[in-house]
Amino acid sequence: MTNNLGPFTTRRRVLGGLAATGATAGLATGLGTRFAQAQSSAPLKLGFQLHRTGIGAAYGRWYERTTKAALKAVNEAGGINGRPVEVIFEDDGTDAARGPQVLDKLINQEGCELVFGPLFSNVVMATAPRAAELKIPYLVCSETHSVAAGKLNRWTMQPGITDVKSQVRAVAPFIFDTLGKKVTMIYPDYAFGYDHRDFLTQAAKEAGAEIVKLLPIPVTETSFTRYFAQIPRSTEVIYHVMVGPGVLTFVKELGEFYGSNHPKLFGFIDSLEAVNIDTPSLSFLEGTHFWEGDCRYAQPDETEFDKAYRKAVGVNDQGAAINDPKEISTYAHMFSCWETLYVIKAGMEAADYKGPQDRQKFVEAVEAMSDMPASMQHPQGAKRFNGKTHQVFGHQNISQVKDGRLVRIERTSIDAGLYPDETDYTKMSF
Amino acid sequence: MGFWPIFLLALMEGLVSAAVLAITAAGLSLVFGVMRVVNVAHGAFFMLGAVGAWFVTTYVPGPPALVFLAAMILAPLCVAALAGLADIAVLKRLNYSPDATIVATIGLLYILEQGALSFFGPSARPVPAPFSFRIQLPWFGYSGYKLAVVVAAVVLLAVLWLMINRTKAGLVMRATQSDPEIARAFGINTDKVYAGVFAFGAGLAALAGVLVVPIQQAYYLMGEGPLLMSFIVVIIGGLGSLRGTLVAALFIGLSDGVISMFFSPTLTEILATLLVAFVLIFRPQGLFGRGAA
Repeated sequence: MTNNLGPFTTRRRVLGGLAATGATAGLATGLGTRFAQAQSSAPLKLGFQLHRTGIGAAYGRWYERTTKAALKAVNEAGGINGRPVEVIFEDDGTDAARGPQVLDKLINQEGCELVFGPLFSNVVMATAPRAAELKIPYLVCSETHSVAAGKLNRWTMQPGITDVKSQVRAVAPFIFDTLGKKVTMIYPDYAFGYDHRDFLTQAAKEAGAEIVKLLPIPVTETSFTRYFAQIPRSTEVIYHVMVGPGVLTFVKELGEFYGSNHPKLFGFIDSLEAVNIDTPSLSFLEGTHFWEGDCRYAQPDETEFDKAYRKAVGVNDQGAAINDPKEISTYAHMFSCWETLYVIKAGMEAADYKGPQDRQKFVEAVEAMSDMPASMQHPQGAKRFNGKTHQVFGHQNISQVKDGRLVRIERTSIDAGLYPDETDYTKMSF
Repeated sequence: MGFWPIFLLALMEGLVSAAVLAITAAGLSLVFGVMRVVNVAHGAFFMLGAVGAWFVTTYVPGPPALVFLAAMILAPLCVAALAGLADIAVLKRLNYSPDATIVATIGLLYILEQGALSFFGPSARPVPAPFSFRIQLPWFGYSGYKLAVVVAAVVLLAVLWLMINRTKAGLVMRATQSDPEIARAFGINTDKVYAGVFAFGAGLAALAGVLVVPIQQAYYLMGEGPLLMSFIVVIIGGLGSLRGTLVAALFIGLSDGVISMFFSPTLTEILATLLVAFVLIFRPQGLFGRGAA
């Protein structure tokens, strides 16, 4: 035996080979007929960077379910390029330090073709440079503006959900024209919150409105009343967006502080994502407004796509799990996983993706995408992808709480959220 | 709002944090005072109390107030039993050596947190308050339950003080604290006292967790903040001095309310940590401590 092939290496290789053979054989017997036309019927492995634990856990649970539902639908329809698809989920603890490690593990140990799925921008910012180093397509579901701002790289794309800048620009006219022109902002004290702060401030300037007070709150905060005392009396509208385990406490204490005699409230549903709003302690929210990416409550004019998507993920008309009505989904955001998986499918099929050697072709294929009509692939609605900025733009929903339900009162156009390009990734080298 | 309403709100918020902190830190102080064990897992017992309250309020049927009362009894009892077990299984075998017990309780902290993550899950889950009424002042509203927490804490601490100073169990604890060898010579089974005190301290942390959970939510990492604050309070008050702990809790809690209201919550943590550093330099035995043994 040669020196560079120790017994351990050999054993691992043999075991790996056995496992691969077993997996292939198992799939071939079960799915052989369905995937018969594929040149290779070996499953295509995709990595999912999942916030299963840590401050993003409420989202993680639903991102996993949504992705599994999408995966089932994709495989039932023949997979990608005729190959069955597997998604490997790996927990990053919503921790920036673990982000790149998870990417490494998914690529080098699990043998995934690409990685997708992270929401929290701290994880995205930490992981994207590693994706570029390894030359791995990295498709984020994060809403962060960093992608479109040109802060990341050629390998990082956001084809499944609109970024915060676009969301804010789309809803700002409603806030300033309908609710009021003196706004106090409450937002999480990290990158995601700063996107909100910067773009609403900018939009306020353009609309002749005024941000009277900025209240950044640490994501791990557990007590919020102390911040509310700083809200100026002149405030006409409180704009709130919070994330993390304390969101329910935040809104509850806002209610205790003001009762029903509060300034107008405009919240990003992030402040109440995965939280039941129909409870006595949140009754003060009646009549207030929220941004929703996708409407939690089934609206009277719900599209057939949203209806079918809702059913596939296992969510009822109130936005809760069908098998446990107490468990509220993160409906406003989680469509991004579903749509991103379908963008991956479309991109891989356009690039005739065969393996790691085609990763660059895949990125170019996604960059070539533009209009995405509302469909089973895009159940939240039509989207427009900008290949230069790697960012997708879609419709936003403004909902009002009526009788403890979120009722959509406005759906903005895609154009309302567009802004001039800030970068051109296609001019960057791979 | 003018200065005085904000100041009033700051004091109310401060009293609530002081109340919860006092109960938590009393447990930590007791364990250190009697056993000389620095219990790093104390925050995990706090968290287990809150998580236990979630289990009780979720699975026990009945009117909210009664169910919550049941949680106030059951959760601390279960946590105390678990802590007693940990004492017998781990700490006793280390002969309560200060260095070894720190490492052991760090291990215990990870086991309990990961256990909660496995069995309770990673989400923050709400526990309904036993009653909900809102007090409307001219300037702002306030949660009635939060004020009830302050009252409950005062009662609990009074009972604790009576127990330590007026009962046989308290006498045995104090005897073991002042000199374990002499106590043994007088026929006190100090092993039992140690296990009991460790369980009791953990039970106090759990009780604080139950009281706080309707205000916050049950979450597997919620013990970290209270642990740090309890250490700060116990060090400032004097390790092992219950009176010092209570005074320090009141001081830290109120200044937390006032400073974080008028400046920023981060500044509170900076100042409290700085205060600990000064106490350790200039008065290592703490404000009410009796000096190093």
